[in-house]
Amino acid sequence: MAGTIRRKITPGDVRSQRGTEESVWVRWLLIGAGGVVASVFLILPLVNVFWQAFSKGGAAYLSAISHPDTWAAIKLTLLVAVVTVPLNSVFGVAAAWCIAKFEFPGKALLTTLIDLPFSVSPVVAGLMFVVLFGLQGYWGRWLQDHNLRVIFSATGITLATVFITFPFVARELIPVMKANGSDQEQAALTLGASGWQTFWRVTLPNIKWGLLYGVILCNARAMGEFGAVSVVSGHITGRTDTLPLRVDKLYNEYNGAAAFAVASLLALLALVTLGLKTALEWRTAALQDRAQAVGSDADKSEADNHPSNAT
Amino acid sequence: MKTGTILGLGWGMRRPWAAGWCGGVAAWFFLFALAGLGPVGVPRAWAKDITLLNVSYDPTRELYDDINRQFSAQWKSKTGNAVVIQQSHGGSGKQARAVIDGLEADVVTLGLAYDIDSIVDRSQLLPANWQTLLPNHSSPYTSTIVFLVRKGNPKGIRDWGDLIKPGMAVITPNPKTSGGARWNYLAAWGYALKKNDGDEAKARAFVTALCKNVPVWDTGARGATTTFVQRGQGDVLITWENEALLSLRELSKGQVEMVVPSISILAEPPVALVEKVAKRHGTTEIAQAYLEFLYSEAGQEIAARHFFRPRLESVAGKHAADFPKLTLFTIDEMFGGWRKAQKAHFAEGGSYDLIAVQ
Repeated sequence: MAGTIRRKITPGDVRSQRGTEESVWVRWLLIGAGGVVASVFLILPLVNVFWQAFSKGGAAYLSAISHPDTWAAIKLTLLVAVVTVPLNSVFGVAAAWCIAKFEFPGKALLTTLIDLPFSVSPVVAGLMFVVLFGLQGYWGRWLQDHNLRVIFSATGITLATVFITFPFVARELIPVMKANGSDQEQAALTLGASGWQTFWRVTLPNIKWGLLYGVILCNARAMGEFGAVSVVSGHITGRTDTLPLRVDKLYNEYNGAAAFAVASLLALLALVTLGLKTALEWRTAALQDRAQAVGSDADKSEADNHPSNAT
Repeated sequence: MKTGTILGLGWGMRRPWAAGWCGGVAAWFFLFALAGLGPVGVPRAWAKDITLLNVSYDPTRELYDDINRQFSAQWKSKTGNAVVIQQSHGGSGKQARAVIDGLEADVVTLGLAYDIDSIVDRSQLLPANWQTLLPNHSSPYTSTIVFLVRKGNPKGIRDWGDLIKPGMAVITPNPKTSGGARWNYLAAWGYALKKNDGDEAKARAFVTALCKNVPVWDTGARGATTTFVQRGQGDVLITWENEALLSLRELSKGQVEMVVPSISILAEPPVALVEKVAKRHGTTEIAQAYLEFLYSEAGQEIAARHFFRPRLESVAGKHAADFPKLTLFTIDEMFGGWRKAQKAHFAEGGSYDLIAVQ
């Protein structure tokens, strides 16, 4: 329990608490180097996106954003995210729950399978769907005969995105659920709660911040995915272009300022994601501190005997 | 873990709204999921108007923007029906592949005849004699292959022979993926054949030396232009004449200039109706009219304005000054047609593969 430990440290122990004995200038050198790398490789390019976006003035920026084809791309991107994120959230919670709370044969395999989209190149992911649903693929003829369009339509783009963003929520929740253990659920069950009641009142409240974090990451990737989506899109202007594809297309049409204007929307999304993520982390840290403070005050001696509870 | 349990329950009980909050969020997710799943899986009625999909290659974006606008206006005034023409652009070979895989193109307007041939071979969506169904080998406009060099031509590039000089950095896309790159490759090969009285070995040696000077192979003509003009790579770009003239006007503003070689290839980008798709969509009539519009005076005029060489004498005469004069050979006379050229040079184990591994 960090709170408990902190109270035991005397002012003279500050150095050892920091865990380093390096002199001040070494520390500042390292911090400075980190800062330089961050600004050259992260901040500068990001600022440049906005700089380029406004290089032809605010009016050009607005007209690039409000172009009907860009609007179509925004709508498609939102549609894809709105379908993908809930699907993968439900799946992610279910999968994390299974993996963290139960022992069953094939558990290791399931865990590996969840990670598969992380290890497969997005291009391969896209081609997989072409092989399945393309006209020359296994189900292509049948789909065409029934006038169903999967590949080269919003459906195919959504499928590819669901595949790519499959692991985000599950990966985020598995460690949280494992750390929580199943004691609380067991307690709820012995107190007479039904399975659903246990899930809604015990499990979900415990993982909600982790879940939200996973959802945010999943959403960011769903809106930003390029590779897999590019393979299954068909690149029909105004119909199957998502925002990243639209950026690429505008750039290739010698329309640099407009491309950067649309790119700035995606960059903005990234910044919002980053802000939410940081806010969540603060919130989680604050909650933990408070919980620990309550715990250590109420049951100090026992907490000292169980340092593992600090996590 | 006793503490944790007590803490967890206590925390949950002190916030009776927590369960409601989570339930609300989850309910919203399900609603969204349902709302999203509705339209997915069922083909969408995107618009009430007739829509045509034209699957085209890279450098025709601006051309078909213009063509589509004028054709829709003309069709509306003639029949009273509105038509929306949707476009898809990309490397010619890649686009052909997409049509084979089920991209529902009513018409294809690609970079070279072989790409339409491969649609015929692999998907039978259009008849094998497609090239005879429209005038001029089904290519309403032509182009050729020229060079772009840096301002003032610092390396003194005049003709194909200069490209194999040591230390020359030549930008051209990858013939495996780009139609334009195949024209570039065959133009160079044809130049060497003519120069050496048809000696295949010498032509191969020339193209090998040329390929050694290529530092980066982009996947498409547009990508190569961007590499050369915007990223400043290389001394010379081999490219479509229309692409060269367009980039002179659109982006370089005097940073690059065009060099016309003594001899080059007559590039004939073909167009075709994808019969089976159009029939299923019920768009055969309008798709046919669309392709014929390309051959009309108005269509040819638009092509010329976008730097494609028009076929129609009257329009060609008017724009004679826009296009440099040079000796042009056709793929039929030099290589015996696209199928043969493809087999000899770009197929698995063709001349390009042999050069690439050297």
